[in-house]
Amino acid sequence: MDIAYNPEYEAFRVEVQRFLEENKSKAPAGHRGRGRPTAEEQAWQQLLIKHGYAARTIPKEYGGYGAEPDILKSHIIAEEFAIAGVKPGHNGDDRLVPVVLEIGTEEQKKALIGPTIRGEMMWCQGYSEPGSGSDLASLSTKGVLEGDQWVINGQKIWTSGAQHADMCFCLVRTEPDAPKHQGISYLIFPMDTPGIEVRPLVTMTGEAIFNETFFTDVRIPADGIIGKRGEGWFVANATLKHERGSLGDPNQTERRFRLLVDLMKNEKVDGTPLIEIPSYRDRLLRLQARVFSMKYNGMRILTAYAKDEEPGLPRWIVKLQGCELNHQLSALAIDAMGELGVLYEDSPYLRDEGMWQQTYMLDLGLIIGGGTAQIQKNMIGERALGLPKEPKYTQN
Amino acid sequence: MEFSLSEEQVMLQDSIRRYLESSCSLNEVRQAVADGITQQTDVWQGISDLGILGIIIPEELGGVGLGFLEAALVAEVLGRAVAPVPFIGSAIMAPVALLAAGDDRQKETWLPKIADGTTVFGVGVTEQIGRRETDGIFYSGGTITGKAMFVVDGVDADMLIIADDASTLHIVDANASGVTRQKLKTIDKTRSVAEIVFESVEADPLPGSKGNQEALQQTINVGRIMLSADSLGASEVMIEQAVAYAKERKQFDRVIGSFQAVKHMCSEMAAELEPCRSLVWYAAHSVNDMPDDTQLMACHAKAHLSEIGRFVAKTATEVHGGMGFTDLLGLHYWFKRIGLDRQLLGSPELVREEAALAQGW
Repeated sequence: MDIAYNPEYEAFRVEVQRFLEENKSKAPAGHRGRGRPTAEEQAWQQLLIKHGYAARTIPKEYGGYGAEPDILKSHIIAEEFAIAGVKPGHNGDDRLVPVVLEIGTEEQKKALIGPTIRGEMMWCQGYSEPGSGSDLASLSTKGVLEGDQWVINGQKIWTSGAQHADMCFCLVRTEPDAPKHQGISYLIFPMDTPGIEVRPLVTMTGEAIFNETFFTDVRIPADGIIGKRGEGWFVANATLKHERGSLGDPNQTERRFRLLVDLMKNEKVDGTPLIEIPSYRDRLLRLQARVFSMKYNGMRILTAYAKDEEPGLPRWIVKLQGCELNHQLSALAIDAMGELGVLYEDSPYLRDEGMWQQTYMLDLGLIIGGGTAQIQKNMIGERALGLPKEPKYTQN
Repeated sequence: MEFSLSEEQVMLQDSIRRYLESSCSLNEVRQAVADGITQQTDVWQGISDLGILGIIIPEELGGVGLGFLEAALVAEVLGRAVAPVPFIGSAIMAPVALLAAGDDRQKETWLPKIADGTTVFGVGVTEQIGRRETDGIFYSGGTITGKAMFVVDGVDADMLIIADDASTLHIVDANASGVTRQKLKTIDKTRSVAEIVFESVEADPLPGSKGNQEALQQTINVGRIMLSADSLGASEVMIEQAVAYAKERKQFDRVIGSFQAVKHMCSEMAAELEPCRSLVWYAAHSVNDMPDDTQLMACHAKAHLSEIGRFVAKTATEVHGGMGFTDLLGLHYWFKRIGLDRQLLGSPELVREEAALAQGW
């Protein structure tokens, strides 16, 4: 047990801090937008790649920085950017890039990875369908090979960013006679291909974060496939695993907790700071214990990865526990603000730009999305605790 | 950065767990409870032979000189075994008080005797946390007078560490004239808590605890961390038993663990408890390596493990259906162990208020 980093890592931390000190003025303000990156954001990303603070472990030949994977260094970078309040870089698309690196052809790696990590090529994910949510493998969007083209018909939902995307990575049923997990292929194609229609899907937050995307006789080249025909489910699982790891990230939770403490220290009711009101304070402390627990749980996971071990149960629970905790933090902020807690959009008296109601609703989306809480509990029960699956319902 | 147990720590915990599994099974626990014993002779001898009683006592004073993380790992497996032996008061809190505030004579007299199992200490600090049914303990002219409630390991104790109303800690002979002891019957029959009345009883104050709160606070902090570790261990067992039962018990021609309603109860228990382990590790490790963090972490570990422990105790019992409610299955020993851990040294709301104060809130 050693909470401190050894001198090599401390030196690395100082290096990151120095970089941030010298360059933070070039960093774009605000959070990473959902739209296309601005020129300023692209320039910042380029600078970060050059110094190894973005696309760090992606090989140089594909446009990355080319460092050996070192999870502790990646963690230090994330920590220092968070502490400095500087917008971090990205790895292009954490769902797609690892898949292309692992499974893609040499040509695909060369063509796709560089532009993606530079933010020039934007992607959207075509996985879920109206009839295939938790049971994703039942998806029915159809792909038929006609000559040297795939012809795609069907509908996807929850395609976030589809209106800005250049490209789509999409799960399509190409082998209708195979068992459901073995009949899917992982196809990639440009979003300006004729036959694609994107309709915004407005959520309860009032924003159109997601879309419905319709495919009508969309024709794409036969080589727009990653991995082999019928292996798309296994290709996709690598990316889903990655997405689950990042939902419920304890660093993000800790940041939100600090904002909540600030709010409760600054806001007053009848002249008394909220943090001095015992019932609110008790809720805050209950949540603080959870924030610490998830932070140290995260350190345990990190340690396992650094030793090349599978973390097991500590990792299985992150999405379930982390997303719920985030939701509870926002819920307390809203409750403690009383009537002010319901103000929204551009209302006068709005606190923290309305982030508390916004995150309260958005978090509910994240509790559901990326594998619902109930699916998480099935996975914990079946994979970590060894409980049997629900028997399949069959007629007769 | 390495947030994990060392090989030595894993081995230490495994060896004690294996010993307890073979020598302190539910049968032994039942027999001890039936006999009204909270210092079961064989188990006491066994853990003494394993060096557990001197785990945090320096080697030159007869102990093994390990850290508080190791002590928490031991508390966890004792909680797993619902072991009927004094530990948290006698082997941890009393040595912490003596090491923090005792002079050389006091340390040299008592620590070797704690380490080799010849002397059991009880610890009475409740009056400094939340005083009930008593006006507290007063020291004057070399003697103490008053009533100490819920003295940890107090029934089996030969000697006592008692906090007075000025936070000074005293060594007191539990069998001195003027001492009246009464066992308090609690839900948990595996550990002893006592009410002890002092009438002008000779006391040997720990010099380092005079005029400050620190030694007392450290004793309480460490006691709280150990109680949280005990609850962690007891909760683990309850989850394991619930999962095993859910894999075995059939209703409607299916094992009940295949029903999502039951499966999700098990998953929720595991998901709630697993991060607690990291919190307990951090809190225990902080005592040696990050003392500035200890007070806050001890409060959080104590309060959070109390909450999650209660959730697990209730849910695991429910997974067992009607059988969970019976004495036959014995699940209630763990339920009650968790119940006592929760109330001792400050229940959650009270401890969270201390956590707020520790942060200046």
